[in-house]
Amino acid sequence: MECKRKKEWPESNDSNRPTTFPDEVLERVLSLLKSHKDRSSVSLVCKDWYNAERWSRSHVFIGNCYSVSPEILTRRFPNIRSVTLKGKPRFSDFNLVPPNWGADIHSWLLVFAKKYPLLQELKLKRMTVTDESFEFLSLSFPNFKVLSLLSCDGFSTDGLAAIATNCKNLTELDIQENGIDDKNGNWLSCFPESFTSLEVLNFANLHSDVNFDALERLVSRCKSFKTLKVNKSITLEQLQRLLVHAPQLVELGTGIFSQELTAQQYSELETAFNNCKNIHTLSGLWTATAQFLPVLYRACANLTFLNLSYSTLDGDDLAKLLVHCPNLRRLWVLDTVEDKGLEAVGSYCPLLEELRVFPADPYDQDVVHGVTEAGFIAVSGGCPRLHYVLYFCHQMTNAAVATVVQNCPDFTHFRLCIMNPHQPDYLTDEPMDEAFGAVVKTCTKLQRLAVSGLLTDLTFEYIGKYAKNLETLSVAFAGNSDWGMQCVLEGCPKLRKLEIRDSPFGNAALLSGLEKYESMRSLWMSDCNVTMNGARLLAKEMPRLNVEVIKEEGINNSKADKIYVYRSVAGPRRDAPPFVFTL
Amino acid sequence: MSVPEEQDYVGLTELPSMEKGSDKFSQRSNGTTGLNLKATELRLGLPGSESPERDVAGAGKSAVVCGAKRGFSDTINGVSAKWALSGNGGSETSLGKDSMPNSPKPLLHEKKQPQISAVPPKEQVVGWPPIRSFRKNSMASNPQKNGDDEAEAEAKGGCLYVKVSMDGAPYLRKVDLKNFTSYRLLSSALEKMFRCFTISQCGSHGISSHDNLSESRLKDLLHGSEYVLTYEDKDGDWMLVGDVPWEMFTASCKRLRIMKSSEAIGLAPRAMEKCKSRN
Repeated sequence: MECKRKKEWPESNDSNRPTTFPDEVLERVLSLLKSHKDRSSVSLVCKDWYNAERWSRSHVFIGNCYSVSPEILTRRFPNIRSVTLKGKPRFSDFNLVPPNWGADIHSWLLVFAKKYPLLQELKLKRMTVTDESFEFLSLSFPNFKVLSLLSCDGFSTDGLAAIATNCKNLTELDIQENGIDDKNGNWLSCFPESFTSLEVLNFANLHSDVNFDALERLVSRCKSFKTLKVNKSITLEQLQRLLVHAPQLVELGTGIFSQELTAQQYSELETAFNNCKNIHTLSGLWTATAQFLPVLYRACANLTFLNLSYSTLDGDDLAKLLVHCPNLRRLWVLDTVEDKGLEAVGSYCPLLEELRVFPADPYDQDVVHGVTEAGFIAVSGGCPRLHYVLYFCHQMTNAAVATVVQNCPDFTHFRLCIMNPHQPDYLTDEPMDEAFGAVVKTCTKLQRLAVSGLLTDLTFEYIGKYAKNLETLSVAFAGNSDWGMQCVLEGCPKLRKLEIRDSPFGNAALLSGLEKYESMRSLWMSDCNVTMNGARLLAKEMPRLNVEVIKEEGINNSKADKIYVYRSVAGPRRDAPPFVFTL
Repeated sequence: MSVPEEQDYVGLTELPSMEKGSDKFSQRSNGTTGLNLKATELRLGLPGSESPERDVAGAGKSAVVCGAKRGFSDTINGVSAKWALSGNGGSETSLGKDSMPNSPKPLLHEKKQPQISAVPPKEQVVGWPPIRSFRKNSMASNPQKNGDDEAEAEAKGGCLYVKVSMDGAPYLRKVDLKNFTSYRLLSSALEKMFRCFTISQCGSHGISSHDNLSESRLKDLLHGSEYVLTYEDKDGDWMLVGDVPWEMFTASCKRLRIMKSSEAIGLAPRAMEKCKSRN
């Protein structure tokens, strides 16, 4: 039963007053709005619309869990069914944030249990969740349907067991890359035999063995299964049996993709794949070898997203596979495919929109392979619709990047990671300024940029001057002086997230953004030149910002090693651990 | 962390130069490419010390420091939890060290040549390259096709049990390295595990200036002078724990040994001094 508010129909005989919709109509219309940006705009029109919007909103997205409190949230939006919450700063993914920093979901759950008893969906990113929280969740929300976790920590597979046991209406359990204590696979066996509603199950990133019989029974009795991503413990033979039960799958993540199979088993596997006519997304494929990839060929006809980022394929094997994937829009690979593999991408995947190349061995000092600028150019030449790239490489040139963006001017997300900090153009020895200059000048729709290599302030001058749609910028080991950061803060009107590490920007740069930070979600600076005094000054001048400095205990000096600045209507954190200093 | 005194593990505040040997001997083939052999030569340096002529990142903007050897305590206690890799010898001239590029960067490698021979050994920085821990761990336990212990890793179903021995203890223990994600966690677990063996040895060293016994004494013992944590790697060499990134360590560690410092050549007296000076 939805909460309904009562409002008198405005009595008005004044013919000058414009007709207003009844609230019910307005709410109905607004309930069709899905985008939270649109909804934000709508809520600013007038008080009536603000109220209609808040009553009709069922999904809320909170990009920084400390920007608002659960009390404020539930007061404004009474009818929420779905919550997306993001917690820690992104650099926590790379161990730059000490453990026990915060972003604990529990205080939110307590409030939700009272105010949103009909909550259905919870999607968490970089939050800390304990097993107790999972248990509480599973018992507090009888309609709970969707749980999605990415980059979260603090829990074990016991928490998943509570979810499986108690959530009778669960449709989606999506455990992506997390810092989970993977004790065992028993949680999967906790789904009751009467439970049939599951549609999405992703446990690809758990290591422990699960009971295959339990999994098979689960898949066969849940008739609406559309996404199944299993983990490495599932063999090819077992996969075949699962596919027979669920040929309607749209997204499939395989287990180990090699095994000793008889000819008949191989043929059965191939048949099972051939019967899956709806597969759009394929992932897993651990230790996939050339011998087994052919079973996929027919199933790849409609493939739009292929995630090979855990497969150490080489270029030839990739090429043979890609011939069968003409409709590919998104491709994730390891750099073991090398430039040759990327040439194949350019040749066979003309519709490609997104490419991510991850390093297989980022720390190996003897790496001679991986991908280079040649591969990058090859892809751009064959894939003019490319607009999202994440590219880890050991070498790059300014000219190559200029060519790439000339071929693909529509980049919205350009994330280039030259893995040696401060590395110049390896052919000319110049800084990589012109590369990123070309990117921002040519790609006018650019929303997200990550820079790397040897960069001077010139790069940031370019960014400030040209990147007018830029929303997210990641900087590491770059720049010469405060001027660089100032250029960005002054020049990028749509900037929302700025994260900087190990760069020589100090107090002057920090303080030049005084006016800016309230229009941004957050600023992160670590191992730069900011001091405690600078941070304190910022905090003093801008009371509506939370200015937090992370300092390891016992260190008593004037440096603000890690500073995190964000806007908030909830005031300073009340749960900050001792190493977080709120200024 | 940018002020030298914070970087205890680097030993910038430690006694300088030529002291007696450290545990860590570079047993891999040293940089025969001609790059900075100094970094790899057998030095008689205290863990945590460095020779005067080494040019250390005093500015300390980046977390990367090179060349210094250090004891377990220093390594684990990394105040900023940052790791300096000195595996193949850090190179003073290599990149990443100086994150204030006001001066032109040194030529890192020869032009137009494949990376191998020309690039100096890479130094590694916390959180760089920016890859999620999960992915790093997965790749570490999912070696490339030519990895021969792949089957081993798979068969164990995601466990990495290794024996842990402690000098003087009557029996060994086993730990699952997959239960830990960092050296610090491993260190605490080992402390707890071997507490019973070391309490009786707290004795009268007078190292600790803490008032309470047991845990802090034990920490001092493990983190201070008494013991060093070493491991045997795939090649059969005994290495100092803490040098390489965690994932690399778990991929190559075969067994652990908590070694008495005195077993390591002439370490104890200096190590105690060092401990006192830190307290």
